[in-house]
Amino acid sequence: MNPGRAAQTVYTMWLREMIRFSRSKSRIIGALVTPLFFLIILGTGFSSAFQVRGGGTFDKSYLAPGLIGMSVLFASLMGGVSIIWDREFGFLKEILIAPVSRFFVSLGKAIGGVTTAMIQGILIMIIARLIGVQYVSFWGVLAGICVMFISGIGFIGLGIAIASKIESHEGFQMVMSFLTMPLVLLSGAFFPITNLPGWLKILVYANPLTYGVEALRYFLLGKSTISIWLSIAVLVIFSIAMISLGGKLFGKMRV
Amino acid sequence: MLYAIETSGITKRFEEVTAVNNISISVKPGELFGLLGPNGAGKTTLINMLSTMVEPSGGNALVWGHDVVKEADLVRQNIGVVFQDTTLDDRLTGRENLDLHGRLYGLDGKTRKKRTQDVLSLVELTERADFIVKTYSGGMMRRLEIARGLMHHPKVLFLDEPTLGLDPQTRLHIWEYIHKLNKEEGVTILLTTHYMEEADRLCDRIAIIDYGQIVALDTPQDLKNMLGGDVITLGLEDPGDVGRLCSSYQKDGCANIVEGKQNEVFITVNNGERQIPHILALASQAGIPIISVSLRKPTLDDVFIHYTGRAIRDKEVSGMEEVGYKMRSRRK
Repeated sequence: MNPGRAAQTVYTMWLREMIRFSRSKSRIIGALVTPLFFLIILGTGFSSAFQVRGGGTFDKSYLAPGLIGMSVLFASLMGGVSIIWDREFGFLKEILIAPVSRFFVSLGKAIGGVTTAMIQGILIMIIARLIGVQYVSFWGVLAGICVMFISGIGFIGLGIAIASKIESHEGFQMVMSFLTMPLVLLSGAFFPITNLPGWLKILVYANPLTYGVEALRYFLLGKSTISIWLSIAVLVIFSIAMISLGGKLFGKMRV
Repeated sequence: MLYAIETSGITKRFEEVTAVNNISISVKPGELFGLLGPNGAGKTTLINMLSTMVEPSGGNALVWGHDVVKEADLVRQNIGVVFQDTTLDDRLTGRENLDLHGRLYGLDGKTRKKRTQDVLSLVELTERADFIVKTYSGGMMRRLEIARGLMHHPKVLFLDEPTLGLDPQTRLHIWEYIHKLNKEEGVTILLTTHYMEEADRLCDRIAIIDYGQIVALDTPQDLKNMLGGDVITLGLEDPGDVGRLCSSYQKDGCANIVEGKQNEVFITVNNGERQIPHILALASQAGIPIISVSLRKPTLDDVFIHYTGRAIRDKEVSGMEEVGYKMRSRRK
C-alpha cells in the first residue's frame, strides 16, 4: 500500500469518528459532567479533611489531573471498544471488504478515538481552570496535552485488542466494569500515592494509568511522586505495545 | 480474461458441515448470474469466499482474473458487495456514507462528488441524501447500499438477497435498478436469492444450489423446458372415462406425458396454449364430455422440486428472517 493511500485510509477513519462525535452531543455532555461533579464535590470535601505529606492540601487542584486522566481513559477505551458496535451493526464489513490495509484502518480509528479523548480532556482542563485550578505554565499545559495523546493511544490499543477478541456486545459490559473501575481507583487519581501499604503500592505501580496521572500532575501542577522520566518511559512503551497488539489482533479479526 | 468469475471445485467446510461443496461455475463478463436455493444452501458462504471475506477450505476462484486468496486486494478493488444485513453507518447521512466509501477506495474529491450524484440519482435517493441513515426505511437503506457498492465502478457486483424483507413495490423498484445496472452500465452481477420470481425475472443464467452443491445450471427458460413442457389439466364429468381418454392421447402422440387421476387428466405438452384446441378436439371425437380445462406453465419452483424432491419453501423461515434485517438496524 503506498503512503498516499495509507494516509487517506487513516484520514477516512478519523473523519468518520469526528462526524460521529460531533453528532453525539449528549455523550459529550455526559462525559464532562461526571468528572465535574467529582472535581467540585470531592475536591471540596477532601480539601477540608486531608493534608498531603510535605505540605499543601489534597484539593481540587490535586484531583484535576486525575480526572483528566480518567476521562481520557474512558473516552479512549470506548473508542477502541466501539469496534464491537461496528461489527454488531455491520459497518465493520464495509471496512474489511475495502481494498485497504487493516493496520491503517485501526490506526485511523485509534487516532480518531484519541482526538475525541483529547477534546474531552482539554475541556475538563479548561473547566478546572475556570473553577480555580492553577496550572504552572503554558508549556506545561501543552506537555499535558501530549501526555493525553500518548496514554490515549495506549488505552485505545487495549480497547481494540479487547474488541477483536470479544465475540458479543454482552461480554463488553463485563469487561468494561472489570477494567475501568480498578484502573481508575488504582491510579492515584483520588488519593496521594506517597504512603501506601505494600500490596496497594504494587497494584498502583503496575497500573499504566498511574503514570498518565502522575505525568499530568507533573506538567500541570509542577509536582509528582513518580519521576517524570519514568512516567514518560512507561507511557511510551505501554502505548507502542498496546497499539501493536490492537493492530495485530484487529488484522486477524473475522466478522 | 474469459470469465468475470471462475471457480473450480471451491469448497468451504466448517467444523461439522460442508457449507459449499466442490462448486465450479463460470460467469461471463456482463452476465447477470443467479444463485437460487433455500436458506442454508451455501449461497452466502459462496459469496463470502468470492468477495474475500472468508477463505475457502479447498479449490480456488478467480474474480476478474485475480485469485481470491493470493490477490485479495486486487479482487477487492474490482468488486462491490451488498451484504444481506445492512452495513451502513446509520449515524451518518446517505451522502457521508457514500463519500467515506469513495475515500476508502481511493477516489479523489472531484470523482467522489460526481459519482455520489450519479449513484444517488440512479437509486432515486438524491432528495434524501442529507438525512441521517437512521431515518431511512428498509428499502431506502437497501438502495443506498446498492448505490454505495457502485461508487468505485466495480467490474463485478455481488448482491446477497437484494430484496429480502422488502415490500413488493420496493422489490420491483430494486429489480429495475439491478436490470438497469447490468444492461446499461455493463456490470457483471452475481446475486443470490430464494425468491423464484426474482431469479426468473432478472437472471441470464441460474445455478440451483442445495446442500452446498449445484443441482442444475442453465437459463431460466431452459431449466423450465427441461421439465418436458406445459401441463394441461382436463376435468371430466365421469371418472370412468379417464382411462379411455388417456389412451386416446397416448395413441395420438401429441403429448409428452399423460397421466390420469380420479376425474382429471394431466397432459404434458410443448407450447400448451397452441395444443389446447387439438386436445379438446380429440376428446369430442371420442365423445367424452370435458367440464374444465386449465394450462399451467412450469415455474422454477417445479424445477427445484424436480431436482431436489421438495419445494424451496419447505425450509424457509422467512418470517423470522425478514424482520431480522429491520431489527438489526433498529437496535442501535
